[in-house]
Amino acid sequence: MARALINVPAKAKRGEIITIKTLISHVMESGFRHTSTGVRIPRDIIDTFTCTFNGEEIFRAALHPAIAANPFITFHTVATESGTFTFKWTGDGQFSQTETASIVVE
Amino acid sequence: MSAVTSLPLFGPVAALLVAATIISAHAEIPLNERRSGYADLGRETKAMQDDDTANPAMLAVLDGEALWNARTGNGRACAGCHGDAKTSMKGVAARYPAYEPKLNRPVNLDQRINTCRVERQEAKPLAYESKDLLALSTYIGMQSRGEPIAPPTDPRLTPFREAGRATYIRRQGQLNLSCAQCHDDNWSRKLAGNIIPQAHPNGYPLYRLEWQSIGSLQRRLRNCLIGMRAEHYDYGSPEYVDLEAYLMWRARGMPMETPAVRP
Amino acid sequence: MSDTKQAILANRRQMLAAAGAVAGGLALPVISAPPARAQIQSNPAQLGMAIRKVAGSAEVKVGKVTLDVPPLSENGNSVTMTVTVDSPMTPKDYVKAIHVLSEKNPQPNVITVMLGPRAGLPTIQTRIRLADSQDIVAIAELSDGTFWQDTGNVIITLGACLEDLPDGTRTD
Repeated sequence: MARALINVPAKAKRGEIITIKTLISHVMESGFRHTSTGVRIPRDIIDTFTCTFNGEEIFRAALHPAIAANPFITFHTVATESGTFTFKWTGDGQFSQTETASIVVE
Repeated sequence: MSAVTSLPLFGPVAALLVAATIISAHAEIPLNERRSGYADLGRETKAMQDDDTANPAMLAVLDGEALWNARTGNGRACAGCHGDAKTSMKGVAARYPAYEPKLNRPVNLDQRINTCRVERQEAKPLAYESKDLLALSTYIGMQSRGEPIAPPTDPRLTPFREAGRATYIRRQGQLNLSCAQCHDDNWSRKLAGNIIPQAHPNGYPLYRLEWQSIGSLQRRLRNCLIGMRAEHYDYGSPEYVDLEAYLMWRARGMPMETPAVRP
Repeated sequence: MSDTKQAILANRRQMLAAAGAVAGGLALPVISAPPARAQIQSNPAQLGMAIRKVAGSAEVKVGKVTLDVPPLSENGNSVTMTVTVDSPMTPKDYVKAIHVLSEKNPQPNVITVMLGPRAGLPTIQTRIRLADSQDIVAIAELSDGTFWQDTGNVIITLGACLEDLPDGTRTD
């Protein structure tokens, strides 16, 4: 299980635009590095990140080796109702991690 | 070192003054001209350090918090003896390396953590630069964030600080460079496009963009020695700890920034 | 002259001409990582193909997009990048996707983000890796089928005092 750090406001007003910050521990090995003996280090990256809210997808990103290690992604969404965000990262080596965060919308 | 040990000690203040006179014989950076590496960072890197929701080092802090509370070895957790790290560890990292009477020499925080693990928790020591040891030392280090670096006034530390200082000012390696030549004499000038910092250890363990991960002061010192084309030491070597002791002395009073971000 | 040699020379001339056009904009001396590898060079053909893949035959107009990258970065391993698009983000008029491409990385795609009216603000921030000083292109795909772009340029400096990793892995 990779360590993830998610920042979602605990409360928001209906219609307010909120900022979501996500940070996950991952080496994001590009696949373009070599050892000093010339052996290529195989690619090992997170290639997909999705965020759903109460089951509906609100954000999706396709990540490539050019994303820095420990991927950090900040995005926004409109607060419509109270509920749960589900964040999912998938990648090479069958990497898959899911985290959740709740919000109260009044 | 006989001059130091033969002087009568009129209490910690006198010892501090004596130590200060000897250690600052070399032209050190004046105390009020000292500057953290943070000041030379680009805007975005500063923002990364300032934002606990964006600083990649915070991932290690979270891991460290989990380890602090986890039972290990004989069933004890750090929290079992030390309680809430926010109170019990406040200021601790700011006063390491500290003298360890059982070894008759100073130890750094990593070594102190391992001593606790082996002796109190009856668990295996964590390897230097391992994910777990870095996590614990970052978590503990963060509890000193904002605190002034406060090297102990213990006079037994003096000879080791002196040894660290001797390494610091000695020319070494294929480039025949000393640490002091860059970091005391040429700080704020450029080397290979980057600004030479004064090299204070006030943010360790830190997230180095070059490493793409968190690392300890010893790892950074190893980088320096390799960069100077000098012989580097094994992790945990007394040479590193002596250097750490000197560097922390050199940075006395500066606020801790752990966990920092550096290029 | 053999066909292959002619083809290689023609290619080289094309590449240099295109590279000249791209590099001409840089007035500053480029302080960059010593490029020992063949792939660290301007490859406008690669970037051009990547843009075509995103936009197809549509014209990619300049505007509406703001790509914020630092002009000088202390390390190519982690460069903070913010992309924002001027769009009301209503169900009738919103940003469908943002594509970020690089000019000189071994492969051009950096990140592709899918948005919708629920996004509220068409702004994203992330940290990217740049193999060398280069241009970055951000292309926004709008709900009306139009494409808009902005370009940014980053100069990468290389830190002194690097390390060789214990198992011999190079840090580049």
